[in-house]
Amino acid sequence: MSEVFFAGVRLLDPATGLDATGDLLVRDGLILDHGTGLGRPDGVEVIDAGGLCLAPGLIDLRAAIGEPGAEHRETIASAAFAASAGGITTLCALPDTDPALDDPALVQFVLRRGEATGCITLLPYGAATKHCEGKEIAEYGLLKAAGAIAFTDGRRAIGNARTMRLALSYARAFGSFVVQHPEEPSLAAGGAATEGELATRLGLPGIPAAAESMLVQRDIALARLTGGHVHFAHVSTAAALALIRAAKADGLAVTCDTAPPYFDLNETAIGDWRSYAKLSPPLRPEADREAVVAALADGTIDAIASDHQPRDADDKRLPFAQAEAGGAGLATLLGVTLARVHGGDLPLLQALALLTARPAALLDLPGGRLAKGAPADLVLFDLERGWQVKAGQLPGKAQNSPFDGRALEGRVVGTWKAGRRVFG
Amino acid sequence: MSFSFPILPDGHLLAIEGLEPPHIGALLDLAESYALLNRQGKTQRDLLKGRTLINLFFEDSTRTRTSFELAGKRLGADVINMSVSTSSVNKGETLIDTATTLNAMHCDLLVIRHAQSGAPALLSQKVSASVINAGDGTHEHPTQALLDALTIRRRKGRLEGLTVAICGDVLHSRVARSNIHLLTAMNCRVRLIGPPTLIPAEAARLGVEVFHDMKAGLAGADVVMMLRLQRERMTGGLVPSSREFFRFYGLDAEKLAWAKPDAIVMHPGPMNRGIEIDSAIADDPERSVIGEQVEMGVACRMAVLDVLARDLRRNV
Repeated sequence: MSEVFFAGVRLLDPATGLDATGDLLVRDGLILDHGTGLGRPDGVEVIDAGGLCLAPGLIDLRAAIGEPGAEHRETIASAAFAASAGGITTLCALPDTDPALDDPALVQFVLRRGEATGCITLLPYGAATKHCEGKEIAEYGLLKAAGAIAFTDGRRAIGNARTMRLALSYARAFGSFVVQHPEEPSLAAGGAATEGELATRLGLPGIPAAAESMLVQRDIALARLTGGHVHFAHVSTAAALALIRAAKADGLAVTCDTAPPYFDLNETAIGDWRSYAKLSPPLRPEADREAVVAALADGTIDAIASDHQPRDADDKRLPFAQAEAGGAGLATLLGVTLARVHGGDLPLLQALALLTARPAALLDLPGGRLAKGAPADLVLFDLERGWQVKAGQLPGKAQNSPFDGRALEGRVVGTWKAGRRVFG
Repeated sequence: MSFSFPILPDGHLLAIEGLEPPHIGALLDLAESYALLNRQGKTQRDLLKGRTLINLFFEDSTRTRTSFELAGKRLGADVINMSVSTSSVNKGETLIDTATTLNAMHCDLLVIRHAQSGAPALLSQKVSASVINAGDGTHEHPTQALLDALTIRRRKGRLEGLTVAICGDVLHSRVARSNIHLLTAMNCRVRLIGPPTLIPAEAARLGVEVFHDMKAGLAGADVVMMLRLQRERMTGGLVPSSREFFRFYGLDAEKLAWAKPDAIVMHPGPMNRGIEIDSAIADDPERSVIGEQVEMGVACRMAVLDVLARDLRRNV
């Protein structure tokens, strides 16, 4: 019987709105109790962390991992280490690996590799289409039975309307949903930056904001047609968010997430040809960033995901248009989100809900809350402690942070997975 | 000629954007003096003596490479031409590896042309040499803008207040971008004329007026600058055919009559005769200054090499 006792911490549970100083007792990997005046059992390991915040471990809805197929960029073990350092205890892995996770055996492989790390729950998505090629839908029933949490082609959009219709429709049979990378492929092809003045100045091929909103519009129509549930990943534009807001008001099964770069950075971050800030979708103008912040505040956005895309130096040390898109995001997920709390845009509990309770609800997971009997997946953090993001010194293999050089306030002090300390 | 301030403060010439009018003016003045020396057949072979200039061309070019070669040799540099074969071109690994190689060779001045926007900037972070952008993707071609400005200034006596119409495929043109930055900085009125599919997004925010009609765009123009329409643009479907393009945007005598009677015609070369420019115009000595552009190209590149070499001397 293993026990951990957190003494005098600021307990933060977005699921219930709890924000109070108290204690929390963990036994056998579960939260036994929390509150004030808990009895401290004999022989218990005491974490005396007065003043620090204790919240449910973060649930990251979207992260690419190099394994299988691109282990030089990131392995499941290195991603798990980086996730733990970032306070993440549940990581949802994208299936557009090599090979793609379109076979039950591959889903099970990733699940087992995740378990072997001992520090995170790794939940793989299944491929929405075979080989993530966007043509034929994959075996959703078998993939779900093997452990796939939902279906997506990762950073590839399902561009064909009929394929998307079939995917949304078929996923209903298994109570699941389809995650779309909302970007019309024929408009985005070859693009390196958001279309507009900056891309024109830099002589970079542009991707118009309409590439995002038109696919969102199409898929909302398909959700209406099929009764299926579509989830839009890393939404980055005001136009797309307005469509999603309206679809939700209509009662459609439409959800979405965004990622920290889209509410913390704007397109000017690619100035001086900074390929670390080359992302997919591309960073947008300031007005879109502000719209993303507003959609976080009003609840239109259901979750904040790291959108971790590991890249190595060979991927990034190239002329901008040739450099690979994607940013590392595991270690900075909490800190950059807290920047919006310090900036006055989001209350602390609401920000944490976007990283815990709300993705847990979306995926129907038991974690993401500080409830008696819930898994003791916990993050202890210092809301005020300052630090600076430095590419080259981040945990894990991937160092391609678009936040390189960014000063942040709010740092993970310790992470517990099922009651076992895995970081700090 | 001596200057009281650094003309190219970061030790490279990567772009026109960011240069201040006094810097541009000083470069043009220096280039003008070289143009004079060149006409007199005089050289200054001591200026870059012992310096190594490498022409690193990842894209085919005869005119620009030759112009830099001549400029370097007239100033006494050891000039080496490195052409990277077009088949193995565009590999970024090559670019970083090349930087390592160039550093080992102790190259002083590096002239680079590359198909990717930003490639010279990337290289400038990795090499010890002064880097001169000789055209990068659809970004900039700074020495072309300098030579265009010098040609205009010599013909018109000034830059300020002139109306310059830049016509054709602006979307893919690094020449257009560098010219827009330079000419707007020098208080020219710049117009872009082309079909909407060949005008970049939010071009008006660069301080220019955009026209889709040649007649309206050329009205009152002092300078008509034609751009090269690359044939692959046609296959990309941005314009339906070359005959349609020439009909509406190709420069012939009829369209040129819409500009001022003394308007000059420019083209960065190489020309597609009968696609963006009619031969009768291109070869008209009264209107076309295309030959003078080439001449000024050598002078401007000498000026740029001279300015960068002054910094090299300072750093010794």
